[in-house]
Amino acid sequence: MIGFSVHRLWAVVTKELRQLKRDRLTYAMIVGIPIMQLLLFGYAINMDVRHLPAAVVDQAHSSRSRQVIDELHQSRVFDFLYAPATSSGAQTLLRNGDVKVIVVVPADFEHRLTTDQPPLQLIVDGSDQVVQQAARQLSQFPVRAYLRGQSLSPPSSPVAVAAYYNPRRQAPLNTVPGLIGVILTMTMVMFTAIALVREREHGNQEFLITTPLSSAELTLGKVLPFIGIGVIQTSLVLLLGHLIFQVPVRGPLLDLYLAALVFIVASLALGILISTVVRSQFQAMQAAIFTFLPQILLSGFMFPFEGMPRPAQWFAEILPLTHFVRLSRGIMLRGADLTSLWPELLALGVFSAVALGVAILRVNKRLD
Amino acid sequence: MTDQDAGPAILTRGLTRRFGDLVAVDHLDLSVPRGQVYGFLGPNGCGKSTTIRMLCGLLLPSEGDIQVLDLDIPRQAEALKQRIGYMTQSFSLYRDLSVRENLDFVARLFGLSRGRRRERLDQLFHTYRLGTLADQLAGTLSGGQRQRLALAAAVLNDPELLFLDEPTSAVDPQSRRDFWDVLFGLADGGTTLLVSTHYMDEAERCHRLAILQDGALVAEGSPARLKEEMRGVSLLVTTANPRRAQHALDDQEGVRSCAQIGATLRVLVDDEATLATVRQRVRDVDPDATVAVTDVNLEDVFVAATLGRPEHGEARS
Repeated sequence: MIGFSVHRLWAVVTKELRQLKRDRLTYAMIVGIPIMQLLLFGYAINMDVRHLPAAVVDQAHSSRSRQVIDELHQSRVFDFLYAPATSSGAQTLLRNGDVKVIVVVPADFEHRLTTDQPPLQLIVDGSDQVVQQAARQLSQFPVRAYLRGQSLSPPSSPVAVAAYYNPRRQAPLNTVPGLIGVILTMTMVMFTAIALVREREHGNQEFLITTPLSSAELTLGKVLPFIGIGVIQTSLVLLLGHLIFQVPVRGPLLDLYLAALVFIVASLALGILISTVVRSQFQAMQAAIFTFLPQILLSGFMFPFEGMPRPAQWFAEILPLTHFVRLSRGIMLRGADLTSLWPELLALGVFSAVALGVAILRVNKRLD
Repeated sequence: MTDQDAGPAILTRGLTRRFGDLVAVDHLDLSVPRGQVYGFLGPNGCGKSTTIRMLCGLLLPSEGDIQVLDLDIPRQAEALKQRIGYMTQSFSLYRDLSVRENLDFVARLFGLSRGRRRERLDQLFHTYRLGTLADQLAGTLSGGQRQRLALAAAVLNDPELLFLDEPTSAVDPQSRRDFWDVLFGLADGGTTLLVSTHYMDEAERCHRLAILQDGALVAEGSPARLKEEMRGVSLLVTTANPRRAQHALDDQEGVRSCAQIGATLRVLVDDEATLATVRQRVRDVDPDATVAVTDVNLEDVFVAATLGRPEHGEARS
């Protein structure tokens, strides 16, 4: 009677699938979330800045100043929406958020060109980091060279940068591999935690506990369907990423699925752990979001891992998504395989073991 | 196992459960005979549910011994699970599964083979009048239907002992009566039933009763015997102004409780000697009022047992 029964486990799995089939909203979210996010992130996340709303204050009113303004406009970095007469007028626009950048052509523009003084002034909305970066790039704009009649090719740099793996700096190429991880994190952690807590909240467990069903059979039975869902989601993102954004899988596909599977298990373990801590479905959702944010921000999915301070990097090493982002980017973009990426796989394995271990300890305690 | 049937279905000695400082169940000695409907009567929070949970092995006792169907609980709780049924206070099946799917799921948990499952489900559909509802989602059932489904699930494994925790709290009177007919049918078939309730009419139907208060047993026996043995007298006051009469009896020595029932007042007093005092008090308010001794009912027993315990217990006898 005591011990593990595959029949009972299977009873739970089929019951769970039946319920899932009826829960249209969850069903729609499982398919809808990947598609929506892929389109959203694929198209929207683009770090190359274009069309910043700008104001220009031309105090020189010379043909040369107009030439420079025109050239800046051509670069498409700025959209000159306003041309206020004074810089204080421009500053009001900046404060109101109507423009992100003010280009000031000083009255002594012509004179400055012949001296070492900077001929142009850019006033930027420093509250937006991306704008700041764009402005910094623009400070390299070769005003003098251009006015001396030279071509507008970028100044020759002492260091040539060759971007392997994503030479045209296409954002989706960087985004999609990590996005698989983000989507899996969201659905796996949140849905498992909620599904497990729901049983408790609806009082189902009170009855189940008097049947021969063990809590291991119940938990595993409820979680197993999510592995299948995770694999479906992975395939969906891969397929759409390939069709819409031409994101390649340069490494072995099997290795990618294996990495995804290990990551799914790690996320499920986290979801199970959360379910042992929280009391209601609402709390489960909050806790899932609480673990989700640091993962998305610190994993290297959004911001470069190397740019973070050391302690943040150490912390990020704990997060499963960090390792999966490395795995998926490695396999999909660099064509690596698991033999070279095994430390990431190991990290995910350790995370799963620890999370499940703590969850089991907590469950035993609660039955007291 | 038949040779052990002589022993009680449930036997506890000094059963106690504490939650922090709160003593939910306080040194409970119970003996529930087999094949009977045994009632647990008590106000909310008196420890009925906690006791049932400990008897099922869901909750560990802080102190005391439990034997259920000759098994040591909680040590042999796993073995017990095959032999008991438990109908929880709130509906604990899946609202988004149909009647059939719910019962099939439970049947699979008990390891019934496919053929056996179909056979057992057909039986249950028949006994509990669920046949026409088989493919309806449990969440769309009425209170009475849902309760029949819960009972069907609880008895699916033919339990020797069935726990029912306030089974009729969300059900109309007709369904309640039908439900009790089914319970007696189960008892006739040899099943022992332990039913917790706070309805007097339900308690009245039980073979035996345990009245609990603050986790302690304050009275035990068959309803008839409890009424017989109750110390105290029930008076029926007929008056044009029961509310004022009730007010006049407040704090009166010897009056244990007063309850208005329609145009009459039911007064529980210590002994016949108090009758004269009561009559006088009431007539002060309404000269036309009559006071007569009436039959003790179970509610009087309950009130006497739970209210009167500290002042009117052993100290007076």
